[in-house]
Amino acid sequence: MTATLTPAGVPKSPVPKSEAPKSRRRGGYRRAALPWLFLAPGLLLALVFKFVPMGKGLWLSLFEVRPFLGDKWVGLDNYTRVLTDHRFLDAINNTLILGIGQAAGAILVGFVLALLLEGQTRSLKFLRTAVFLPVVTATAVVGEMWRLLYYPTSDGFLNSVLGVVGLGPVPFLDNPDTALWSVMAMGVWIGAPYNMVIILAGLAGVDRTLYEAAAMDGVSLWQRLRHVTLPAIRPALAIVVTLAVIRSLRVFTEVYVLTGGGPAGSTEVWMTRAYTLGFTRNDIGGASAASALLLAVTLLLTVTVYRLRTRGEARR
Amino acid sequence: MSAPTTVDPAPAAARPSVRRTAKEPRHTTPARFDTALGWSDRPGLGMALRILLCLLALAVFAAPFLTIISGAFDENARGSVLSFYPHHATLTNMRVAGDRGIWDYFTNSLVIAGGGLLLQLTVSVLAAYALARHRFRGQALVMTLFMLTMMLPEEVIAIPLSLVLGDVPVVGIDLKGTAFGVILPVGAWGFSVMLLAEFMREIPTEIEEAARIDGVGEFRMLWQIVLPLCKPALGVAGVLGFIMIWDQYLLPLIAAKDPTDYTVTVALSVLRNDPEIGSGVVLAGSVIALVPSLVVYLLLQRSLVSGIAAGATKG
Repeated sequence: MTATLTPAGVPKSPVPKSEAPKSRRRGGYRRAALPWLFLAPGLLLALVFKFVPMGKGLWLSLFEVRPFLGDKWVGLDNYTRVLTDHRFLDAINNTLILGIGQAAGAILVGFVLALLLEGQTRSLKFLRTAVFLPVVTATAVVGEMWRLLYYPTSDGFLNSVLGVVGLGPVPFLDNPDTALWSVMAMGVWIGAPYNMVIILAGLAGVDRTLYEAAAMDGVSLWQRLRHVTLPAIRPALAIVVTLAVIRSLRVFTEVYVLTGGGPAGSTEVWMTRAYTLGFTRNDIGGASAASALLLAVTLLLTVTVYRLRTRGEARR
Repeated sequence: MSAPTTVDPAPAAARPSVRRTAKEPRHTTPARFDTALGWSDRPGLGMALRILLCLLALAVFAAPFLTIISGAFDENARGSVLSFYPHHATLTNMRVAGDRGIWDYFTNSLVIAGGGLLLQLTVSVLAAYALARHRFRGQALVMTLFMLTMMLPEEVIAIPLSLVLGDVPVVGIDLKGTAFGVILPVGAWGFSVMLLAEFMREIPTEIEEAARIDGVGEFRMLWQIVLPLCKPALGVAGVLGFIMIWDQYLLPLIAAKDPTDYTVTVALSVLRNDPEIGSGVVLAGSVIALVPSLVVYLLLQRSLVSGIAAGATKG
């Protein structure tokens, strides 16, 4: 009875059992139920708004959903239909290009930013505050902002900047050839400062005496980065990579706000396609199958990366 | 991704084994050993290069904000004439945005963010207290479930969630078109539960033991003894929660019955698709949607950055 009460990791209360007030004994059941009482709101909300929808989604992916006629069991038909639909395959393709490009770019730029802005002076702190702004701004706001920065005529903001260095007006979001890259650039812009913060935390943990020792051994800056800094921030980098990949796969808002999947489907991604299927074309079964596939891939990736990481850490 | 372990004001919480001890006097090591690239703090070529690069970073990451703010107050803001300051300063854009109901959308957003955050924090504190301060059967399972809510991409469950919102299981209420359609789903956020639970585990238990012997009930214990000690962690959970809720897009979109239910971020697309109004008004709306996150960020910046770093550095 007292055992259920004892806070984790602390030796049992020194109060002998016989001295415990009687009310505590009487409430044995109540004591056991107590943690569940505290957990109830969270578990209930998670159940109703996370796990039930997840289960419902998996269930519906096996049906042809017909609002007034009743659902019809179709087995894996939705999956085969979705996976043979060339528009959906294009969307997966775009998701991969966008995801890999966005993740790699954001990590690279984040790393460079972290190296540039590492330090304790006031001006550096101010700079970090300013550079971090894209992360705290709602994605929809960032999207509206970039739509205007990307204004396709030669006097648009980015085009006039490009004009200074002698590059012609780029159509950005208006052209199927450039639209996906433009979305990617915005993704890098949002993701890089976020990665910067995590990498900075990693950099702060690097032993300074190692830098001194490296200087004494006369190694070059590159060697120092490669052999002292990088190994030390590897855990931080691993997290950055995991987060970036998962974030990229489920990308929705950026694309939806910037292009809505256009022009000509050139920026259609996994989730915008599923959204169109589900809400515009009312193909709930197909949309559920598409979502279930994305869920499976995300879980697989998360588990794989987690496994790799724990194995890597055990080795060291 | 996984459980945040420490809420340390210094993002240096990375790994104790390699952490530079705080006591070590800073000035004994020359500044060039203080950063990975060995930046020097004396004027010179390196310094000039660094300043140049910093200005470039500032231009890339902060300048766009200036252009949209100036555009929001510029009389003839078109996408094509964005600049760093308004050429013809005016409040017309704001007024037109107001006529298009931007303040109603803004109120929706505030209600959702306020209610959602309150619910999220309450739920997280209660759950974290149970996880950190009690031992019970199924604890590991509950932990895993909360972790799952964190990893489960919200977008993936959007379509079935919209069905659930239209007809909540068992009780059969239609939440669509109400603020609860967004508030309730953001209530259970594993990240904030984990963050608070980790923090509560670090609090020494002596005070609680004493209070328990005095017969203080569990709820009073949480409210009067544990919670006041958790203020730093509550700050982190609060600011991250706010940013997370304010950033919601798909959820308010599917929870809305008609456009008047939109939050201000979703409503920006309504403004944009209105053929009668120009970019200036869309920018005015964007600025209005931007201000709350900006205020929260600038006030609680330290909490936010340490939260992200703490949540991430420990695998």
